[in-house]
Amino acid sequence: MKALRNFLDKIEPNFHKGGKHEKWYALYEAVDTIFYRPADVAKTTSHVRDGIDLKRIMITVWMCTFPAMFFGMYNVGHNANVILADMGMAGAEGWRIALISSIAGFDPNSIWDCLVHGAAYFLPIYAVVFIVGGFWEVLFAMVRGHEVNEGFFVTSVLFALICPPDLPLLYAALGISFGVVLGKEVFGGTGKNFLNPALTGRAFLFFAYPASMSGDTVWTAVDGYTGATALSVVAQNGVEALEAQLSWMDAFLGFMQGSIGETSTLAIFIGGAVLLVMGIASWRIVAGVMLGMIATSLLFNLTGDASSNPSMAMPWYWHMVVGGFAFGMIFMATDPVSASMTDTGKYWFGALIGFMVIIIRVVNPAFPEGMMLAILFANLFAPLIDYLVVRANIKRRLARG
Amino acid sequence: MEAYLSLFVRSIFIDNMALAFFLGMCTLLAVSKKIGAAFGLGIAVIVVQTITVPVNNLLYTYVLADGALAWAGLPDVNLSFLGLISYIGVIAALVQILEMVLDKYVPALYNALGVFLPLITVNCAILGGSLFMVERDYNFGESVVFGVGSGVGWALAITALAGIREKMKYSDVPEGLRGLGITFITVGLMSLGFMSFGGIDL
Repeated sequence: MKALRNFLDKIEPNFHKGGKHEKWYALYEAVDTIFYRPADVAKTTSHVRDGIDLKRIMITVWMCTFPAMFFGMYNVGHNANVILADMGMAGAEGWRIALISSIAGFDPNSIWDCLVHGAAYFLPIYAVVFIVGGFWEVLFAMVRGHEVNEGFFVTSVLFALICPPDLPLLYAALGISFGVVLGKEVFGGTGKNFLNPALTGRAFLFFAYPASMSGDTVWTAVDGYTGATALSVVAQNGVEALEAQLSWMDAFLGFMQGSIGETSTLAIFIGGAVLLVMGIASWRIVAGVMLGMIATSLLFNLTGDASSNPSMAMPWYWHMVVGGFAFGMIFMATDPVSASMTDTGKYWFGALIGFMVIIIRVVNPAFPEGMMLAILFANLFAPLIDYLVVRANIKRRLARG
Repeated sequence: MEAYLSLFVRSIFIDNMALAFFLGMCTLLAVSKKIGAAFGLGIAVIVVQTITVPVNNLLYTYVLADGALAWAGLPDVNLSFLGLISYIGVIAALVQILEMVLDKYVPALYNALGVFLPLITVNCAILGGSLFMVERDYNFGESVVFGVGSGVGWALAITALAGIREKMKYSDVPEGLRGLGITFITVGLMSLGFMSFGGIDL
């Protein structure tokens, strides 16, 4: 370790102003701070001393996605292997299949086989997202002279986890480029944007390439197989049809079709519990989303006419476990940059998401799933909510004298 | 009643004047630096829209439409070619009155809005509201609801944009994009968020 420190110290002057590799300082700084604590200390009088800095927050969030990530890989592989077992391996070809057969089999009951199969779909997406997104991040850091920020770890893993497993890698690259460049970097980088970059990228893909991002064919890793997501089953045939093919417990544990990381509510809640206990994710936002969702779906349950629109009868505990609700609530809505900043505002911000997600799922026939758009919509109004909360506080204090 | 309610929701969110049709861009981009001013302009647009759309509706039904002058004994007269100029005339007159009222009673807002208040006259969202009303054959009741709804939708958009732009004071936008450039990108991203309503059929 000493040798590494010495080496880094030795090459450092090259990256300072006037050095021959001045443009690459951002990259040098990123490597240095991965291994070592930054040497800078606060010099002015007022500062907060805390063990948890931006770097640690981001790394923690990144690690908290691991349960959902590993379960997601297993689930993608499991679904694919079950289908392949049914179809008798017909149509199973390509480099992924060759790769999988070299280190594992296709037995749906073997955890290892399923994990490898899922990894063969998830890891390429993640790698592409990471490399392409990282390229933009470093490019902007070099040209604009800010530091490479760990926020990108979070953006890239979240973006990869909300892609359908069958997504062409080119689209994954396009999506993360849009998300990182237009969703974040043109505003100046981490902490300066107003929309969640991962969701911006996904929304871009969703509207630009709907055939690869929605519908019935994209949710499994097997070509030519169609399997509807739980939400589109409900939208077409009602809750009974869903309960006939999927038990609530299975949906909670995550054994169903969906984007890679979103299926298992349990795995997401495990990561979410860590985030909430550490105070990284705001419990106020999570509570707001949950309450808003429950209230709105109860309203539809009580007043809606289920014969014309079967989604109206969907109870809140089903809404919670299907689609991207849990993932969005824990990892997306709580993004501290794009959410409301004030404590009271966080409840309203969360409730707006919960309200909107049910409205889109139930009322809008064009999109069976609404979590992504609901969060983006609430992001737009987050600053306004803060403004109103601050104004209300000022007014109350004035009135108090 | 239900039809009016769905038209109201429709005109605010689904057919949002600013973020679905991109009407009224000049004022949307120019007066969205401060939430206070944006809110005031939003209210002004709501007021103007609420009055002009129904007034233009009456004007169209009883004077301009084909055969509308039958009550005056002229069933063969079709004045609909005068539509554009008449709507603009009504809008201009109303904005003039609104301006005088604001100057007298709310001078702070009058000063904040500055030149953009007279510019409401040529705000495409306002004229667009009247033209949509004609094109979609709204009756008087519907035109009142549509006028209020489309005004509220536009006001919502400009207030939200102002909120985001106030927050963006802390952003570090690249040199060449500062000002209007980043605002265009912001409005585009906002309309991505408003796509959540696209496809709702009320």
